[in-house]
Amino acid sequence: MYNFAYHRPDSVDAAKSVFSGGDDPKFVAGGMTLIPTMKQRLAAPSDLIDLDGIGALKGIKAEADKIVVGAMTTHADVAASPEIRKAIPALAKLVEAIGDPQVRNRGTIGGSIANNDPAADYPAALVGLGATVVTDRRQLAAEDFFTGLFETALEPDELITEVSFPIPEAAGYAKFANPASRYAIVGVFVARTGGGVRVAVTGAGPCVFRVPEMEKALASSFSADAVKDIKVSDSDFNSDIHASAPYRAHLVTVMARRAVEAAQ
Amino acid sequence: MRTTVSMTVNGRSVSDEVEPRTLLVQFLRDNLRLTGTHVGCDTSQCGACVVHVDGKSVKACSMLAVQADGREVLTIEGLAEDGELHPMQAAFKEHHGLQCGFCTPGMVMSAIDIVKQHPDPTEAEIRESLEGNLCRCTGYHNIVKSIVAGAKTMRG
Ligand SMILES: Cc1cc2nc3c(=O)[nH]c(=O)nc-3n(C[C@H](O)[C@H](O)[C@H](O)COP(=O)(O)OP(=O)(O)OC[C@H]3O[C@@H](n4cnc5c(N)ncnc54)[C@H](O)[C@@H]3O)c2cc1C
Ligand code: FES
Ligand code: FES
Repeated sequence: MYNFAYHRPDSVDAAKSVFSGGDDPKFVAGGMTLIPTMKQRLAAPSDLIDLDGIGALKGIKAEADKIVVGAMTTHADVAASPEIRKAIPALAKLVEAIGDPQVRNRGTIGGSIANNDPAADYPAALVGLGATVVTDRRQLAAEDFFTGLFETALEPDELITEVSFPIPEAAGYAKFANPASRYAIVGVFVARTGGGVRVAVTGAGPCVFRVPEMEKALASSFSADAVKDIKVSDSDFNSDIHASAPYRAHLVTVMARRAVEAAQ
Repeated sequence: MRTTVSMTVNGRSVSDEVEPRTLLVQFLRDNLRLTGTHVGCDTSQCGACVVHVDGKSVKACSMLAVQADGREVLTIEGLAEDGELHPMQAAFKEHHGLQCGFCTPGMVMSAIDIVKQHPDPTEAEIRESLEGNLCRCTGYHNIVKSIVAGAKTMRG
Protein backbone atom coordinates (compact mmCIF):
# COMPACT_ATOMS: atom_id res chain seq x y z
CA MET A 1 0.00 0.00 0.00
CA TYR A 2 1.31 3.46 -0.86
CA ASN A 3 1.26 5.97 1.92
CA PHE A 4 -1.29 8.75 2.29
CA ALA A 5 -2.38 11.41 4.73
CA TYR A 6 -5.17 10.27 7.05
CA HIS A 7 -7.96 12.60 8.16
CA ARG A 8 -10.85 12.02 10.50
CA PRO A 9 -13.25 14.98 10.23
CA ASP A 10 -16.26 15.17 12.54
CA SER A 11 -18.73 16.83 10.16
CA VAL A 12 -19.78 16.65 6.53
CA ASP A 13 -18.58 20.22 5.99
CA ALA A 14 -15.17 19.45 7.45
CA ALA A 15 -14.92 16.33 5.26
CA LYS A 16 -15.71 18.38 2.15
CA SER A 17 -13.17 21.02 3.00
CA VAL A 18 -10.42 18.42 3.51
CA PHE A 19 -11.47 16.84 0.22
CA SER A 20 -11.20 20.11 -1.69
CA GLY A 21 -7.65 20.67 -0.35
CA GLY A 22 -6.41 17.20 -1.37
CA ASP A 23 -4.44 16.19 -4.43
CA ASP A 24 -6.21 12.89 -5.11
CA PRO A 25 -8.37 12.40 -2.02
CA LYS A 26 -10.81 9.60 -1.26
CA PHE A 27 -13.46 9.00 1.36
CA VAL A 28 -13.24 5.77 3.34
CA ALA A 29 -16.25 4.21 5.04
CA GLY A 30 -15.90 0.60 6.28
CA GLY A 31 -12.83 0.16 4.11
CA MET A 32 -13.91 -3.36 3.14
CA THR A 33 -13.44 -2.61 -0.56
CA LEU A 34 -11.13 0.38 -0.53
CA ILE A 35 -8.42 -0.93 1.83
CA PRO A 36 -7.91 -4.23 -0.06
CA THR A 37 -7.84 -2.19 -3.30
CA MET A 38 -5.15 0.07 -1.85
CA LYS A 39 -3.20 -2.96 -0.63
CA GLN A 40 -3.17 -4.21 -4.22
CA ARG A 41 -2.03 -0.74 -5.31
CA LEU A 42 -5.06 -0.46 -7.58
CA ALA A 43 -5.92 2.72 -5.69
CA ALA A 44 -3.39 5.15 -4.27
CA PRO A 45 -5.16 8.19 -2.84
CA SER A 46 -3.09 11.09 -1.54
CA ASP A 47 -5.52 11.64 1.32
CA LEU A 48 -7.86 9.24 3.03
CA ILE A 49 -10.84 10.94 4.63
CA ASP A 50 -12.42 8.65 7.21
CA LEU A 51 -16.17 9.25 7.52
CA ASP A 52 -16.36 7.20 10.72
CA GLY A 53 -16.03 10.25 12.94
CA ILE A 54 -19.16 11.90 11.52
CA GLY A 55 -21.95 10.91 13.90
CA ALA A 56 -24.61 12.55 11.71
CA LEU A 57 -24.05 9.88 9.03
CA LYS A 58 -24.90 6.98 11.34
CA GLY A 59 -28.21 5.55 12.41
CA ILE A 60 -31.66 4.42 11.31
CA LYS A 61 -34.81 6.53 11.47
CA ALA A 62 -38.27 5.00 11.06
CA GLU A 63 -41.00 7.29 9.75
CA ALA A 64 -44.64 6.56 8.89
CA ASP A 65 -43.99 5.63 5.28
CA LYS A 66 -40.22 5.25 5.02
CA ILE A 67 -37.03 4.11 6.70
CA VAL A 68 -34.00 6.36 6.47
CA VAL A 69 -30.56 4.80 6.85
CA GLY A 70 -27.46 6.97 7.39
CA ALA A 71 -24.62 6.35 4.91
CA MET A 72 -22.20 5.16 7.62
CA THR A 73 -24.62 2.63 9.11
CA THR A 74 -22.99 -0.81 9.08
CA HIS A 75 -24.56 -3.89 7.54
CA ALA A 76 -24.65 -5.45 11.04
CA ASP A 77 -26.70 -2.52 12.37
CA VAL A 78 -29.16 -2.63 9.45
CA ALA A 79 -29.60 -6.40 9.80
CA ALA A 80 -30.25 -6.09 13.54
CA SER A 81 -32.55 -3.05 13.38
CA PRO A 82 -35.97 -3.85 14.89
CA GLU A 83 -37.56 -1.08 12.77
CA ILE A 84 -36.22 -2.54 9.53
CA ARG A 85 -37.00 -6.13 10.51
CA LYS A 86 -40.57 -5.06 11.11
CA ALA A 87 -41.18 -2.68 8.20
CA ILE A 88 -39.02 -4.24 5.46
CA PRO A 89 -37.97 -7.74 6.57
CA ALA A 90 -36.67 -8.51 3.06
CA LEU A 91 -34.11 -5.71 3.43
CA ALA A 92 -32.87 -7.06 6.78
CA LYS A 93 -32.57 -10.54 5.25
CA LEU A 94 -30.67 -9.23 2.24
CA VAL A 95 -28.18 -7.42 4.45
CA GLU A 96 -27.81 -10.39 6.80
CA ALA A 97 -26.53 -12.42 3.85
CA ILE A 98 -23.81 -9.97 2.79
CA GLY A 99 -20.34 -11.52 3.09
CA ASP A 100 -19.56 -12.64 6.63
CA PRO A 101 -20.01 -11.23 10.16
CA GLN A 102 -16.67 -9.38 10.11
CA VAL A 103 -17.48 -7.71 6.78
CA ARG A 104 -20.92 -6.79 8.12
CA ASN A 105 -19.38 -5.26 11.25
CA ARG A 106 -17.36 -2.79 9.13
CA GLY A 107 -19.05 -2.47 5.72
CA THR A 108 -21.59 0.34 5.27
CA ILE A 109 -24.54 1.09 3.01
CA GLY A 110 -22.86 4.25 1.69
CA GLY A 111 -19.66 2.40 0.77
CA SER A 112 -21.53 -0.45 -0.84
CA ILE A 113 -23.67 1.72 -3.12
CA ALA A 114 -20.86 4.18 -3.94
CA ASN A 115 -18.78 1.23 -5.07
CA ASN A 116 -21.67 -0.26 -7.13
CA ASP A 117 -20.08 -3.68 -7.55
CA PRO A 118 -22.14 -5.51 -10.21
CA ALA A 119 -22.57 -8.40 -7.74
CA ALA A 120 -23.43 -6.33 -4.66
CA ASP A 121 -26.74 -6.92 -2.90
CA TYR A 122 -27.79 -3.41 -1.85
CA PRO A 123 -28.34 -2.06 -5.40
CA ALA A 124 -31.13 -4.63 -5.89
CA ALA A 125 -32.87 -3.44 -2.71
CA LEU A 126 -32.54 0.25 -3.58
CA VAL A 127 -33.88 -0.15 -7.12
CA GLY A 128 -36.44 -2.79 -6.08
CA LEU A 129 -37.90 -0.59 -3.36
CA GLY A 130 -37.59 2.66 -5.34
CA ALA A 131 -35.28 4.19 -2.73
CA THR A 132 -33.84 7.70 -2.81
CA VAL A 133 -30.13 8.38 -2.36
CA VAL A 134 -29.51 11.62 -0.49
CA THR A 135 -26.15 13.34 -0.93
CA ASP A 136 -24.58 16.52 0.42
CA ARG A 137 -26.14 18.40 -2.53
CA ARG A 138 -29.15 16.56 -4.01
CA GLN A 139 -31.54 13.63 -3.99
CA LEU A 140 -31.35 10.90 -6.61
CA ALA A 141 -33.77 8.10 -7.47
CA ALA A 142 -31.92 4.79 -7.12
CA GLU A 143 -32.32 4.10 -10.82
CA ASP A 144 -30.58 7.34 -11.72
CA PHE A 145 -27.88 6.74 -9.12
CA PHE A 146 -26.55 3.39 -10.42
CA THR A 147 -25.27 4.17 -13.92
CA GLY A 148 -22.99 1.28 -14.96
CA LEU A 149 -20.26 -1.17 -14.02
CA PHE A 150 -18.76 0.25 -10.79
CA GLU A 151 -20.23 3.60 -11.94
CA THR A 152 -22.65 5.92 -10.17
CA ALA A 153 -23.99 9.41 -10.75
CA LEU A 154 -21.80 10.73 -7.89
CA GLU A 155 -19.43 13.62 -8.58
CA PRO A 156 -15.88 12.92 -7.34
CA ASP A 157 -16.35 15.09 -4.24
CA GLU A 158 -20.00 14.20 -3.62
CA LEU A 159 -20.83 12.57 -0.33
CA ILE A 160 -23.76 10.20 0.24
CA THR A 161 -25.43 11.15 3.51
CA GLU A 162 -28.40 8.77 3.68
CA VAL A 163 -30.70 6.41 1.83
CA SER A 164 -34.47 6.63 2.17
CA PHE A 165 -36.48 3.43 1.62
CA PRO A 166 -40.26 3.72 1.11
CA ILE A 167 -42.04 0.96 3.05
CA PRO A 168 -43.53 -1.57 0.59
CA GLU A 169 -46.73 -3.61 0.99
CA ALA A 170 -44.63 -6.74 0.55
CA ALA A 171 -41.09 -7.51 -0.60
CA GLY A 172 -38.77 -10.47 -1.04
CA TYR A 173 -35.17 -11.13 -2.06
CA ALA A 174 -33.57 -14.30 -3.32
CA LYS A 175 -29.92 -14.69 -4.24
CA PHE A 176 -27.82 -17.41 -5.72
CA ALA A 177 -24.65 -16.63 -3.80
CA ASN A 178 -21.06 -17.16 -4.84
CA PRO A 179 -20.08 -19.93 -2.42
CA ALA A 180 -16.76 -18.27 -1.55
CA SER A 181 -17.58 -14.56 -1.16
CA ARG A 182 -21.40 -14.58 -0.84
CA TYR A 183 -21.61 -11.87 -3.50
CA ALA A 184 -24.63 -12.41 -5.75
CA ILE A 185 -24.11 -14.52 -8.87
CA VAL A 186 -27.73 -13.47 -9.37
CA GLY A 187 -29.97 -11.71 -6.86
CA VAL A 188 -33.56 -10.63 -7.48
CA PHE A 189 -35.49 -8.18 -5.31
CA VAL A 190 -39.26 -8.03 -5.78
CA ALA A 191 -41.49 -5.41 -4.14
CA ARG A 192 -45.20 -4.69 -4.24
CA THR A 193 -45.61 -1.00 -3.54
CA GLY A 194 -48.35 1.62 -3.68
CA GLY A 195 -46.90 2.66 -7.03
CA GLY A 196 -46.87 -0.83 -8.56
CA VAL A 197 -44.64 -3.89 -8.58
CA ARG A 198 -40.88 -3.56 -9.01
CA VAL A 199 -38.38 -6.28 -9.90
CA ALA A 200 -34.66 -5.49 -9.68
CA VAL A 201 -31.81 -7.81 -10.64
CA THR A 202 -28.20 -7.68 -9.44
CA GLY A 203 -25.22 -9.89 -10.32
CA ALA A 204 -26.48 -10.83 -13.78
CA GLY A 205 -25.46 -7.80 -15.82
CA PRO A 206 -22.89 -5.02 -15.53
CA CYS A 207 -25.26 -3.01 -13.32
CA VAL A 208 -28.55 -3.51 -11.48
CA PHE A 209 -31.62 -3.38 -13.79
CA ARG A 210 -35.42 -3.79 -13.71
CA VAL A 211 -37.45 -6.41 -15.57
CA PRO A 212 -40.62 -4.72 -16.94
CA GLU A 213 -42.18 -7.98 -18.26
CA MET A 214 -42.03 -9.51 -14.78
CA GLU A 215 -43.35 -6.35 -13.17
CA LYS A 216 -46.34 -6.36 -15.53
CA ALA A 217 -47.10 -10.03 -14.91
CA LEU A 218 -46.82 -9.59 -11.13
CA ALA A 219 -49.05 -6.51 -11.21
CA SER A 220 -51.92 -8.62 -12.53
CA SER A 221 -51.14 -11.62 -10.31
CA PHE A 222 -48.57 -11.38 -7.51
CA SER A 223 -47.62 -15.04 -7.51
CA ALA A 224 -44.58 -17.18 -8.25
CA ASP A 225 -46.46 -18.75 -11.17
CA ALA A 226 -46.75 -15.37 -12.87
CA VAL A 227 -42.97 -15.13 -13.38
CA LYS A 228 -41.90 -18.74 -13.64
CA ASP A 229 -41.99 -18.81 -17.45
CA ILE A 230 -40.65 -15.33 -18.13
CA LYS A 231 -37.18 -15.47 -19.64
CA VAL A 232 -34.72 -12.58 -19.87
CA SER A 233 -32.20 -11.99 -22.64
CA ASP A 234 -28.57 -12.73 -21.71
CA SER A 235 -27.10 -10.50 -24.41
CA ASP A 236 -25.11 -8.19 -22.10
CA PHE A 237 -24.89 -10.52 -19.10
CA ASN A 238 -21.73 -11.29 -17.15
CA SER A 239 -19.92 -14.50 -17.98
CA ASP A 240 -17.07 -15.73 -15.79
CA ILE A 241 -15.67 -18.75 -14.00
CA HIS A 242 -18.66 -18.71 -11.66
CA ALA A 243 -21.48 -18.76 -14.21
CA SER A 244 -22.05 -18.32 -17.94
CA ALA A 245 -24.41 -15.64 -19.29
CA PRO A 246 -27.15 -18.16 -20.28
CA TYR A 247 -26.95 -19.74 -16.83
CA ARG A 248 -27.29 -16.33 -15.18
CA ALA A 249 -30.34 -15.63 -17.37
CA HIS A 250 -31.86 -18.91 -16.21
CA LEU A 251 -31.14 -17.97 -12.59
CA VAL A 252 -32.95 -14.63 -12.97
CA THR A 253 -36.23 -16.49 -13.56
CA VAL A 254 -35.60 -18.95 -10.72
CA MET A 255 -34.58 -16.25 -8.23
CA ALA A 256 -37.54 -14.06 -9.24
CA ARG A 257 -39.89 -16.94 -8.49
CA ARG A 258 -38.23 -17.56 -5.11
CA ALA A 259 -38.27 -13.85 -4.26
CA VAL A 260 -42.02 -13.71 -4.86
CA GLU A 261 -42.49 -16.85 -2.75
CA ALA A 262 -40.47 -15.26 0.05
CA ALA A 263 -42.24 -11.90 -0.15
CA GLN A 264 -43.81 -10.67 3.09
CA MET B 1 4.22 10.90 7.27
CA ARG B 2 4.01 9.37 10.72
CA THR B 3 1.34 9.74 13.31
CA THR B 4 0.77 8.58 16.85
CA VAL B 5 -1.93 6.04 17.61
CA SER B 6 -3.17 5.16 21.06
CA MET B 7 -5.54 2.38 21.95
CA THR B 8 -6.29 -0.15 24.63
CA VAL B 9 -5.07 -3.62 23.69
CA ASN B 10 -6.05 -6.49 25.98
CA GLY B 11 -6.75 -4.01 28.75
CA ARG B 12 -3.42 -2.20 28.46
CA SER B 13 -3.01 1.34 27.09
CA VAL B 14 -0.56 1.38 24.21
CA SER B 15 0.73 4.16 22.03
CA ASP B 16 3.18 4.21 19.14
CA GLU B 17 4.20 6.05 15.99
CA VAL B 18 2.96 4.52 12.76
CA GLU B 19 2.53 5.41 9.11
CA PRO B 20 -1.14 5.91 8.25
CA ARG B 21 -0.89 2.89 5.92
CA THR B 22 0.01 0.55 8.79
CA LEU B 23 -2.66 -2.13 9.07
CA LEU B 24 -4.07 -2.96 12.48
CA VAL B 25 -2.69 -6.49 12.14
CA GLN B 26 0.82 -5.12 11.43
CA PHE B 27 0.56 -2.83 14.42
CA LEU B 28 -0.41 -5.74 16.67
CA ARG B 29 2.21 -8.13 15.33
CA ASP B 30 5.15 -5.84 14.53
CA ASN B 31 4.83 -2.94 16.96
CA LEU B 32 3.34 -4.80 19.93
CA ARG B 33 4.81 -8.23 19.12
CA LEU B 34 1.40 -9.82 19.67
CA THR B 35 1.92 -12.50 17.04
CA GLY B 36 -1.07 -14.61 18.00
CA THR B 37 -3.12 -12.74 15.41
CA HIS B 38 -2.23 -14.36 12.09
CA VAL B 39 -2.20 -13.27 8.47
CA GLY B 40 -3.47 -16.08 6.27
CA CYS B 41 -4.55 -14.45 3.05
CA ASP B 42 -4.23 -10.69 3.31
CA THR B 43 -7.23 -10.43 0.95
CA SER B 44 -10.05 -10.34 3.57
CA GLN B 45 -11.11 -13.93 2.97
CA CYS B 46 -9.63 -16.24 5.60
CA GLY B 47 -10.33 -14.74 9.03
CA ALA B 48 -6.99 -15.78 10.58
CA CYS B 49 -6.57 -12.11 11.57
CA VAL B 50 -9.89 -11.68 13.42
CA VAL B 51 -9.71 -9.53 16.57
CA HIS B 52 -12.38 -7.61 18.45
CA VAL B 53 -12.56 -3.82 18.17
CA ASP B 54 -14.94 -2.26 20.68
CA GLY B 55 -16.40 -5.72 21.23
CA LYS B 56 -17.07 -6.55 17.57
CA SER B 57 -15.14 -9.05 15.47
CA VAL B 58 -13.27 -7.51 12.55
CA LYS B 59 -10.56 -8.57 10.12
CA ALA B 60 -7.42 -6.81 11.30
CA CYS B 61 -5.85 -7.10 7.83
CA SER B 62 -8.58 -4.88 6.39
CA MET B 63 -8.49 -2.10 8.94
CA LEU B 64 -5.84 0.57 9.49
CA ALA B 65 -4.18 1.03 12.86
CA VAL B 66 -5.25 4.70 12.73
CA GLN B 67 -8.88 3.55 12.42
CA ALA B 68 -8.50 1.81 15.77
CA ASP B 69 -7.19 4.94 17.47
CA GLY B 70 -8.92 5.48 20.81
CA ARG B 71 -10.65 2.09 20.70
CA GLU B 72 -10.50 -1.13 22.67
CA VAL B 73 -8.87 -4.05 20.94
CA LEU B 74 -8.99 -7.63 22.17
CA THR B 75 -6.68 -10.28 20.67
CA ILE B 76 -6.24 -13.97 21.35
CA GLU B 77 -3.51 -13.10 23.88
CA GLY B 78 -6.05 -11.20 25.97
CA LEU B 79 -8.43 -14.09 26.57
CA ALA B 80 -6.72 -16.22 29.20
CA GLU B 81 -6.98 -14.95 32.76
CA ASP B 82 -4.35 -15.71 35.41
CA GLY B 83 -2.90 -18.45 33.26
CA GLU B 84 -6.27 -20.12 32.79
CA LEU B 85 -7.59 -20.60 29.27
CA HIS B 86 -10.80 -18.83 28.25
CA PRO B 87 -13.68 -21.37 28.11
CA MET B 88 -13.67 -21.17 24.30
CA GLN B 89 -9.93 -21.86 24.14
CA ALA B 90 -10.38 -24.75 26.55
CA ALA B 91 -13.22 -26.13 24.41
CA PHE B 92 -11.06 -26.05 21.25
CA LYS B 93 -8.35 -27.95 23.14
CA GLU B 94 -10.76 -30.47 24.61
CA HIS B 95 -12.65 -31.17 21.35
CA HIS B 96 -9.70 -31.16 18.94
CA GLY B 97 -10.93 -27.99 17.26
CA LEU B 98 -7.52 -27.52 15.69
CA GLN B 99 -4.85 -29.36 13.80
CA CYS B 100 -2.06 -27.08 12.54
CA GLY B 101 -3.52 -24.22 14.60
CA PHE B 102 -3.00 -21.48 12.03
CA CYS B 103 -6.69 -20.54 11.77
CA THR B 104 -7.33 -21.06 15.48
CA PRO B 105 -6.82 -17.55 16.90
CA GLY B 106 -9.28 -16.15 14.35
CA MET B 107 -11.68 -19.04 14.88
CA VAL B 108 -11.69 -18.51 18.64
CA MET B 109 -12.20 -14.74 18.32
CA SER B 110 -15.05 -15.27 15.85
CA ALA B 111 -16.52 -17.98 18.08
CA ILE B 112 -16.71 -15.63 21.05
CA ASP B 113 -18.53 -13.07 18.89
CA ILE B 114 -20.92 -15.81 17.72
CA VAL B 115 -21.78 -16.61 21.34
CA LYS B 116 -22.48 -12.91 21.94
CA GLN B 117 -25.03 -12.99 19.11
CA HIS B 118 -26.36 -16.47 19.87
CA PRO B 119 -25.76 -17.51 23.48
CA ASP B 120 -27.04 -21.01 22.68
CA PRO B 121 -26.02 -21.35 19.02
CA THR B 122 -27.31 -24.12 16.78
CA GLU B 123 -24.89 -25.96 14.53
CA ALA B 124 -26.42 -24.18 11.52
CA GLU B 125 -25.96 -20.76 13.13
CA ILE B 126 -22.33 -21.58 13.90
CA ARG B 127 -21.57 -22.78 10.38
CA GLU B 128 -23.23 -19.73 8.87
CA SER B 129 -21.40 -17.36 11.22
CA LEU B 130 -18.05 -18.96 10.35
CA GLU B 131 -18.48 -17.82 6.74
CA GLY B 132 -15.46 -15.53 7.09
CA ASN B 133 -13.11 -18.07 8.71
CA LEU B 134 -11.32 -20.66 6.63
CA CYS B 135 -9.64 -23.79 7.98
CA ARG B 136 -7.50 -25.94 5.70
CA CYS B 137 -7.12 -28.85 8.14
CA THR B 138 -10.06 -29.85 10.28
CA GLY B 139 -13.02 -29.99 7.91
CA TYR B 140 -14.76 -27.71 10.46
CA HIS B 141 -16.56 -30.54 12.22
CA ASN B 142 -14.59 -30.33 15.46
CA ILE B 143 -14.52 -26.55 15.32
CA VAL B 144 -18.32 -26.51 15.36
CA LYS B 145 -18.30 -29.07 18.19
CA SER B 146 -15.84 -26.93 20.15
CA ILE B 147 -17.99 -23.82 19.75
CA VAL B 148 -21.13 -25.62 20.93
CA ALA B 149 -19.19 -26.78 24.01
CA GLY B 150 -17.49 -23.42 24.58
CA ALA B 151 -20.85 -21.64 24.38
CA LYS B 152 -22.25 -23.99 26.98
CA THR B 153 -19.44 -23.26 29.44
CA MET B 154 -19.73 -19.53 28.74
CA ARG B 155 -23.46 -19.66 29.57
CA GLY B 156 -22.45 -21.17 32.90
C1 LIG C 1 -14.91 -10.97 1.97
C2 LIG C 1 -15.95 -9.97 1.49
C3 LIG C 1 -17.20 -10.44 1.11
C4 LIG C 1 -18.18 -9.55 0.68
N1 LIG C 1 -19.41 -10.04 0.31
C5 LIG C 1 -20.35 -9.21 -0.13
C6 LIG C 1 -21.64 -9.69 -0.50
O1 LIG C 1 -21.95 -10.87 -0.39
N2 LIG C 1 -22.55 -8.79 -0.96
C7 LIG C 1 -22.27 -7.46 -1.04
O2 LIG C 1 -23.13 -6.70 -1.46
N3 LIG C 1 -21.08 -6.97 -0.68
C8 LIG C 1 -20.12 -7.80 -0.22
N4 LIG C 1 -18.91 -7.28 0.17
C9 LIG C 1 -18.68 -5.81 0.12
C10 LIG C 1 -19.10 -5.14 1.44
O3 LIG C 1 -20.49 -5.25 1.48
C11 LIG C 1 -18.79 -3.63 1.64
O4 LIG C 1 -19.92 -2.99 2.02
C12 LIG C 1 -18.32 -2.92 0.49
O5 LIG C 1 -17.07 -3.51 0.29
C13 LIG C 1 -18.09 -1.41 0.61
O6 LIG C 1 -18.48 -0.82 1.80
P1 LIG C 1 -17.46 -0.07 2.76
O7 LIG C 1 -18.28 0.65 3.76
O8 LIG C 1 -16.46 -1.01 3.28
O9 LIG C 1 -16.82 1.00 1.77
P2 LIG C 1 -15.26 1.48 1.47
O10 LIG C 1 -14.49 0.29 1.10
O11 LIG C 1 -14.81 2.26 2.64
O12 LIG C 1 -15.56 2.43 0.28
C14 LIG C 1 -15.92 1.95 -1.01
C15 LIG C 1 -16.01 3.14 -1.98
O13 LIG C 1 -17.11 3.97 -1.66
C16 LIG C 1 -16.71 5.32 -1.42
N5 LIG C 1 -17.56 5.81 -0.36
C17 LIG C 1 -17.75 5.23 0.88
N6 LIG C 1 -18.68 5.91 1.58
C18 LIG C 1 -19.09 6.95 0.81
C19 LIG C 1 -20.06 8.00 0.99
N7 LIG C 1 -20.79 8.10 2.12
N8 LIG C 1 -20.23 8.88 -0.03
C20 LIG C 1 -19.52 8.77 -1.17
N9 LIG C 1 -18.60 7.80 -1.40
C21 LIG C 1 -18.39 6.89 -0.43
C22 LIG C 1 -15.24 5.23 -1.08
O14 LIG C 1 -14.57 6.42 -1.41
C23 LIG C 1 -14.78 4.06 -1.93
O15 LIG C 1 -14.52 4.48 -3.24
C24 LIG C 1 -17.90 -8.15 0.62
C25 LIG C 1 -16.65 -7.68 1.00
C26 LIG C 1 -15.67 -8.57 1.43
C27 LIG C 1 -14.34 -8.04 1.84
S1 FES D 1 -5.47 -12.33 6.80
FE1 FES D 1 -7.21 -11.14 7.23
S2 FES D 1 -8.80 -12.23 6.33
FE2 FES D 1 -7.05 -13.44 5.81
S1 FES E 1 -6.23 -26.07 11.97
FE1 FES E 1 -4.93 -25.80 10.25
S2 FES E 1 -5.97 -24.21 9.20
FE2 FES E 1 -7.36 -24.71 10.73
